[in-house]
Amino acid sequence: MDEIKISAQDVNVFYGETHALQDVNVKIRDNTVTAFIGPSGCGKSTFLRCINRMNDTIEICRVKGDILIDAEDIYDRQVDPVQLRAKVGMVFQKPNPFPKSIYDNVAYGPRIHGLARNKPELDEIVEKSLRRAALWDEAKDRLGQPGTGLSGGQQQRLCIARAVATAPEVLLMDEPCSALDPIATAQIEELIDELRQNYCVVIVTHSMQQAARVSQHTAFFHLGHLVEYGETGQIFTNPQDKRTESYITGRIG
Amino acid sequence: MTDIALGRALRLKTSLLDQSSRTRKRNFAEKRFELYGMAAVAFGLLALVVLLTTILGNGLSSFRQTFVTLQIELPQAKLDKSGTGDLEAIKKVSTFGYAPLIDTALEQTMAQLGITIDGLSAKQAAGIISKEAPAKLRDAVIANPALIGTVHEFRLLANGRIDGYYKGAVTMVSATRDANVSPELLILADALKAAGLLATSLNPGFITDSDASDQRPEAAGLGVAILGSLYMMMIVLVLALPIGVAASIYLEEFAPKNRWTDVIEVNISNLAAVPSIVFGILGLAIFINFAGLPQSAPIVGGLVLTLMTLPTIIIATRASLKSVPPSIRDAALGVGASKMQAVFHHVLPLAAPGILTGTIIGLAQALGETAPLLLIGMVAFVKEFPGAPPEGFFDPASALPVQIFNWTQRADPAFVERASGAIIVLLVFLIAMNTVAVLLRRRFERRW
Ligand SMILES: Nc1ncnc2c1ncn2[C@@H]1O[C@H](COP(=O)(O)OP(=O)(O)OP(=O)(O)O)[C@@H](O)[C@H]1O
Ligand SMILES: [Mg+2]
Repeated sequence: MDEIKISAQDVNVFYGETHALQDVNVKIRDNTVTAFIGPSGCGKSTFLRCINRMNDTIEICRVKGDILIDAEDIYDRQVDPVQLRAKVGMVFQKPNPFPKSIYDNVAYGPRIHGLARNKPELDEIVEKSLRRAALWDEAKDRLGQPGTGLSGGQQQRLCIARAVATAPEVLLMDEPCSALDPIATAQIEELIDELRQNYCVVIVTHSMQQAARVSQHTAFFHLGHLVEYGETGQIFTNPQDKRTESYITGRIG
Repeated sequence: MTDIALGRALRLKTSLLDQSSRTRKRNFAEKRFELYGMAAVAFGLLALVVLLTTILGNGLSSFRQTFVTLQIELPQAKLDKSGTGDLEAIKKVSTFGYAPLIDTALEQTMAQLGITIDGLSAKQAAGIISKEAPAKLRDAVIANPALIGTVHEFRLLANGRIDGYYKGAVTMVSATRDANVSPELLILADALKAAGLLATSLNPGFITDSDASDQRPEAAGLGVAILGSLYMMMIVLVLALPIGVAASIYLEEFAPKNRWTDVIEVNISNLAAVPSIVFGILGLAIFINFAGLPQSAPIVGGLVLTLMTLPTIIIATRASLKSVPPSIRDAALGVGASKMQAVFHHVLPLAAPGILTGTIIGLAQALGETAPLLLIGMVAFVKEFPGAPPEGFFDPASALPVQIFNWTQRADPAFVERASGAIIVLLVFLIAMNTVAVLLRRRFERRW
C-alpha cells in the first residue's frame, strides 16, 4: 500500500455564513489518483482549494480543522502559502494559460522558484514538462507563440505542463476535462494515469465513467459532507451509503 | 404536456415571406434608432469641423509675422563707450540707447530708396517698427558683442498694425481712426514691401518668445507658457502616475474589502467630480499660504494638477485592473507565485494599456486646465523664462491655457489672433499626447 500523502481532519469551511464543508476526514494516498465526485455545489472544489490554500484568496472564506501533507499541518502559522502552492500544483476547470508564449507559460513557475540555473536547464524543464503533458510534439515548433492561441484541449494540457514544471508533489485538478472533447479527454486521462507514478493526483469530476477509469480511490461528497470514501472499484460496485448508490445510479444530483 | 398542446393550438399558419406587423414595427424601430445614432455622430462631426475651421482660420496667421529688414549701424561710441568690449559695460546701455539706431537706419533706408510720404515725420515713420525691436536688437548685440562697430542686417518685427494690414485685419479706412497707425504709415509699409524690405514670413518667435505687453501683440510668444505647461506635465507625470498606480494596485489587489476601503472608494470617485477651481483654492491654501511655495511657479501648478489628475488615474487604473480576468491571478497563484508576483508579472502588464490611456487622458485634462492655475497666480505676466529643472520648477511661469485666457482678455484685437494661434498649439499638444497613447497601447497589446 502506498503511504498517506494528504490527511484531512475535521475540516470545516465557511463562506461567510454558508457552511460549505462539514467535518471532512479523509486520507489521500501518494502515487494514487483520487477522484472527488458529487452533485454540483456539494463542496468538491472547496475542499480541493483547501489543499493548496487557494481559499486564502477568498476573503469571506474560513477554514477550520487540520490538513496535513506529509504529516505537516499546512494551515500552521509558519507555513507560507506561496511555498505550499509550489509543492501542490493546481489545474483549473477552465484552461487559463497566461497570455504569453507557450515557453513562458511553462517556464514561469521554474523561473520564480529558481529551479533552473541557466537557460539550457530551463529549456530542459520546459521540454520535459511539455512531454509529460503530451503537448511537446504539437508545441515544439511554436514555443514562441502565445499559449492562448492553442485549442482548448491543448491549452488544458499546457496548464498541466505548467503545473508539472514546478515539480510539485501533489497535483490538484478541478474538472480538467469539462471543456474538452472526447479525444482530448482521453489524452488527458491517459496523462493522469502516467502522472500517478510521480505525483499524488486529486481530480474533481462530474463524469462517473471518468472517475471509474482514472482513479484508484473515490470520495463522494454530498451537501458539504464527505459521505463515502474508498477504493474506486468498491464505491462503484458496492457502495455502503444509500446516497452514494443513488448518485452513482443517477437518482440524485 | 398541456403547455405544449396549448402552444400548438395557438399557432397560426403563417408564411415567412410576408412580414408580420410586429416584425415591421421592430424593423422600423431599429432603422429609426440607427438614424438617431447617425444624426448624433453627424452633429458631433459638424461641431468639430466648425470648431477647427474657426480656430485654424483665426489662428494660423499668428504663425506668420511681418518683418522689416534694415541695415543697422552699431557705432562703438554709443554702445561700448569704453571700447574694451567688456560685456558688463555693454549691458549698461539700455534699449533707449538702441532705439535711435533703428530710427536712423530706417531714415537712411527711406532716403536711399527715395521714399517720401507727405505728412509723415521721421519720428512717425519709426512707428512702423515694433516697440519690441530695440530690445531684440540689444539682445542680439549682447549675444554677439563683435557686432559693435559694424553695419549689420537685422530682421525686425513690424508694428502689430502693419502686420494686421497684411493679414486683412487693418484697412486704410480703419487706420484713419486708429491711434496706433495711420494711412501714411501703411503707404510707407507698401513702399518698403515693394522694395523687398518688408515681408510676411514664418515667425518662430511665436513659439519660442515670451509674452509681451499690451501694446506689442506682434512680439507676444508662447515660450514661457509652453515651458511652464511642460514643467507642470513633468511634475504631474512623475507624481500622479506612480502614486495613482500604487494606490490602485493596493486598493484593487491587496486591501481588505471593508467599510474603510468602501469609504475611500466613494471619496475617490467624489474627488474626480470636484470642480477644478476647488483644487485651485486648496492649492492656494496649502501649497502657497501654508507651505510657502512661490506663487506662479510650475511646482505649485504641478502639485495642484497632480491632485486633480490622481482620481482620474486611479479610476482608470482600477477599471483596467478589474478587467483582467481573475483566472489569470488564480493561474499565477496556482504555480506558486506570490500575490505581488502575480500582480506585477501578469495583472499589471495586461492592465498597462488601460492604465496608460487613463494616465494620458488625465494628463491631457491637466494640460487644458485653467481655473485652478488662475487661483495660484499663474495668470501673472511673466517675461522671464524659468530656469532649467529642478530649480526652474520654482521660477514664475505661465501655462498654455492660462496664456490663451490671458490673451483673450487683452484690449488689442491683434491678441485674438494670438489666442487662436495658442489654441492651435494646445490642440497640437493634445493630439500628440493622444497619438502617443494610442501608439503605446498598440505596442503593449502586440506583446501578447
Ligand atoms: N467564493 C464563494 N463565495 C461564497 N460561497 C461560495 C464560494 N465558492 C463556493 N461557495 C459555496 O460553497 C458551496 C460549495 O461550492 P463548491 O464550488 O465547492 O461546489 P462544487 O462541488 O465544486 O460544485 P460544482 O460541481 O458545481 O463545481 C456552494 O454552496 C457554493 O455556493
Ligand atoms: Mg467546482
